[in-house]
Amino acid sequence: MLSPSLLFANEKSDTTARQLNEVVVTGRKSTTDVIPVQTLTGDELNRLNSNSIADALRYFSGVQIKDYGGVGGIKTVNIRSMGTNHTGVVYDGIELGNAQNGQIDLGQFSLDNIESLSLYNGQKSEILQPAKDFGSAGSIYMRTRSPRFVKNQNFHARATIRTGSFDLLNPSALIELKFNENVRASLNAEWINSSGKYKFRYRRVNPAGELAYDTTAVRQNGDINATRLELNVYGDIKSGSWNFKCYNYNSERGVPGAIVNNVWRRGERIWDTNSFAQGRYTGNFGRFTTLNHIKYAFYRTHYVNNDDKQIKIDNLYKQKEIYISTANEYDIFSWWQLSLSYDFLWNNMNADVYGFARPERFSNFVSTATSITLPRIKIQASLLGTFIHDRLEGQLAPEDKHILTPAVFASFNPLRNTDFSLRAFYKKSFRMPTFNDLYYADMGNSCLNPEHVSQYNIGILYDHNGNGFISASRVGIDAYYNHVKDKIVAYPKGQQFRWTMLNLGSVDIRGVDVSALLTVNPLRDLYLTLRAQYTFQRAIDVTNPADNYYRHQIPYIPRNSGSAVANASWHGWGINYSWIYVGERYNQQENIRYNYTQPWYTSDISFCKDLSLGKVALRILLEINNLLSQDYDVIINYPMPKRNFRLTLSAEI
Amino acid sequence: MTIYKYFFYFLPLLFVATSCRDDELVVPTEYDIIPEYPADGTAIRGFYLVNEGNMGSNKCTLDYFDYFTGLYARNFYAERNPEVIKELGDVGNDIGIYGSKLYVVVNCSHKVEVMNARTGIRLGQIDIPNCRYVRFHRGKAYVSSYVGPVLIDPDAPRGAVYEVDTLSFNITRKVSVGYQPEEMEIVDDYMYVANSGGYRAPNYDNTVSVIQMIDFKQVQQIPVGINLHRLKKDKYNKLWISSRGDYMTRPSRLYVMEKKKGYNSMIVTDTIQTPCSNMAIKGDSLYFYATEWNNFTASNTIRYGIIDIRSKKIISDYFITDGTEKEITIPYGIAVHPETGDIFVTDAKNYVSSGTLYCFNKHGRKKWSVRTGDIPAHITFLPIMPKL
Repeated sequence: MLSPSLLFANEKSDTTARQLNEVVVTGRKSTTDVIPVQTLTGDELNRLNSNSIADALRYFSGVQIKDYGGVGGIKTVNIRSMGTNHTGVVYDGIELGNAQNGQIDLGQFSLDNIESLSLYNGQKSEILQPAKDFGSAGSIYMRTRSPRFVKNQNFHARATIRTGSFDLLNPSALIELKFNENVRASLNAEWINSSGKYKFRYRRVNPAGELAYDTTAVRQNGDINATRLELNVYGDIKSGSWNFKCYNYNSERGVPGAIVNNVWRRGERIWDTNSFAQGRYTGNFGRFTTLNHIKYAFYRTHYVNNDDKQIKIDNLYKQKEIYISTANEYDIFSWWQLSLSYDFLWNNMNADVYGFARPERFSNFVSTATSITLPRIKIQASLLGTFIHDRLEGQLAPEDKHILTPAVFASFNPLRNTDFSLRAFYKKSFRMPTFNDLYYADMGNSCLNPEHVSQYNIGILYDHNGNGFISASRVGIDAYYNHVKDKIVAYPKGQQFRWTMLNLGSVDIRGVDVSALLTVNPLRDLYLTLRAQYTFQRAIDVTNPADNYYRHQIPYIPRNSGSAVANASWHGWGINYSWIYVGERYNQQENIRYNYTQPWYTSDISFCKDLSLGKVALRILLEINNLLSQDYDVIINYPMPKRNFRLTLSAEI
Repeated sequence: MTIYKYFFYFLPLLFVATSCRDDELVVPTEYDIIPEYPADGTAIRGFYLVNEGNMGSNKCTLDYFDYFTGLYARNFYAERNPEVIKELGDVGNDIGIYGSKLYVVVNCSHKVEVMNARTGIRLGQIDIPNCRYVRFHRGKAYVSSYVGPVLIDPDAPRGAVYEVDTLSFNITRKVSVGYQPEEMEIVDDYMYVANSGGYRAPNYDNTVSVIQMIDFKQVQQIPVGINLHRLKKDKYNKLWISSRGDYMTRPSRLYVMEKKKGYNSMIVTDTIQTPCSNMAIKGDSLYFYATEWNNFTASNTIRYGIIDIRSKKIISDYFITDGTEKEITIPYGIAVHPETGDIFVTDAKNYVSSGTLYCFNKHGRKKWSVRTGDIPAHITFLPIMPKL
């Protein structure tokens, strides 16, 4: 029985042993999980040429990232084409919220202090978790590094500096302290400064093959200046542990905007402040385990449009969040557990926008789950009840929502050894309309209903760890069918580009995710790891046969996508090559030539060297991204950078 | 275990399943054959249609229909002008032909694109910030713009009308008008400009600016109704002006302005009790439609009609007579063929997919329809021109 933060407590604290070990134990976390999970940890995460969490997530199967380009560009994640709003993003045990638009900008989260990044389809394979965690269609768990000390060590520090293209300057520092055997703390600070300038190129030829135009320009107004501060305190008490965290992120960013004819620069800027404090208490009393969380968060976004050709905008949005959760598990037998969780969440939002309703939302989540572990079969089932009440200033609030969502997960080992397993799950989930969907001036529609998703998944996994030439091998295949109904879409309202939100859409998603990992050990201390993943998705709009995009692939979802990573380490030297492929897509609903977007594929390479100078461990990391300098757009009119570099130096004592 | 073998089979599979990048093509024109013939002795060669394209998509495109070939050419501009970086631009807002030149106002590309009207080949561009509509008068083009040159109040800049020489494409004069001006017309050497004040919601503008053409000065602002948009003159020199309303309590309306006998200034003489989104005039008939959102049914209420411009009475509640109006999701543009009286209505659908252009005969029966670009909106007829 493991709580989220205890789960990793059995990691070795010896750093050198850990480094080697982590190369080996990455990827799918073997048969202990009933549910498909993909994980990247420690060193591997470091070497994957990733500027942010979003970059690292590209190596997971079944995931689409929307990336508007550059260091400060917005990046959001969509799991299995169900939509960004169905993805839960959990930071150190508590889901991050954005009641305003329901989307988490992963560009704002640094990889600097992230120890592991996991993606769960359906939900995490645990029954002891906050009720809210049973609610998303898929979740991303980010876990920051917890302080680690070798024997007799009370102090540990790391300083890192990153620099490179985009005029990047990104120093960070980490200090870890051990006050006594039971209390540890860490302080992590980071500053990111970048002009966000990069060259991009648009080249077109006519059908005869003659050059029509070829232009290279510099991306403007993509600068970022951000700071992040994080304080963690960890404590062990009799039969339990606790943890307290403070987080503050401040940034000023330019919004580079779409590159359209005659417009190469825009005047939009955003200031973000995200602060939260959260605490956890875990207790284990015989057969009873309890996991409790509390959080207060404050988000402030200041948006300004200074473009003198456009409407002047200067808006301030403020959100507050209070979250209390208790999750409790009881072992009826060693093979049968039962859990009961209750969460309370309060959100409010204030904006100085004309006609804004200043909504307040009270959400109650109650979940019960059970887990049965037999020698060859594991079954988990959960039921979540969500009760939502909105309150508005000076307006009649929409009706309260009460929704029950079940989920069942099972895995089965048909053979005597545990290397091979079959798994299946079914899950229903929904997303609430966001404050913007419901109440945004003129556009919001308070009559909206939640958007529902049903997921069906079957899969097989082969997972083998050995000591010989092949030290680890793993192949997993999952096939799934998802159906999104009552999808919330923008609908034109009257004349003049005015929109409202309606529960109009319906999407059918059929997909296959394949992933494979192989680690070989041809020589002593030489490890070669290969990972590959491939995703096929047919996500079609089945809203209305009268639409001219009926049964067309939905926007920005490639049918084929994949990645491959090869990585070698030997005596402190490391090299990593990664290749990402995103197949052809359409940038609007209709799959016609005018909306066609070409595939893109980039090669990234990194070199790494670990040195030790007495007590100081040094690391040098050089990354070259987009090695072949491909000119591509992830989102149409948002050009991505050509070849770029990053150099990281870090010292650890 | 030989599982690693499969791994090496799997890798090439990845490459097989994936297709490669080609050179990015300038999107070629697509042609549709339309069952349509030129009328005997017609002076009309064809028409151009501007598709606005959703904001930020850079998908403003130009379609052209030729009565003599019967071909409807979709996305005509890019193929004719492949060298123009990022094609026609972002959000087309108006189109007009003056002399031998075709003008397309591209709102979010902040420019007016000028082409040879017969060939569609680019002649140049006029940079005007946030430009909206274009009209012509005595060798000059007049372009309304949401933001004026003088920022008296930086938070709420007044709009402007720019005067452009149609030979040199230079801006010759400009004048500040009300807030966020839209359509305009010139009657007896005065220009009338409908001011919307759309950036000031809920404090919309409610005036028509009057500009004296001789010295290009605003001489008057006449209160008419809130959030004005369309402004058309008829053959009796009356002005038909639509108000969008405030989308909440004050509905859209159609106003008539004319000169009182013996006076030189226009006054509002009539308010037609109908919402109006757009209109086109042919002979003594004004064809209009209105799209209004109904919060109770959560759907758009669409209305069509014909007004007799002499009596200013609604003489018909429909001009589509064969039931085709049920196919139209969002009517977005309207035009009437100056000779045959054929009525053109565009359907913008959901704004982010191809629209449809419908052609009805003067009795309101559908003749044909064709797929267009995104948000088909503005039509101008091309007269037959002698080859240069």
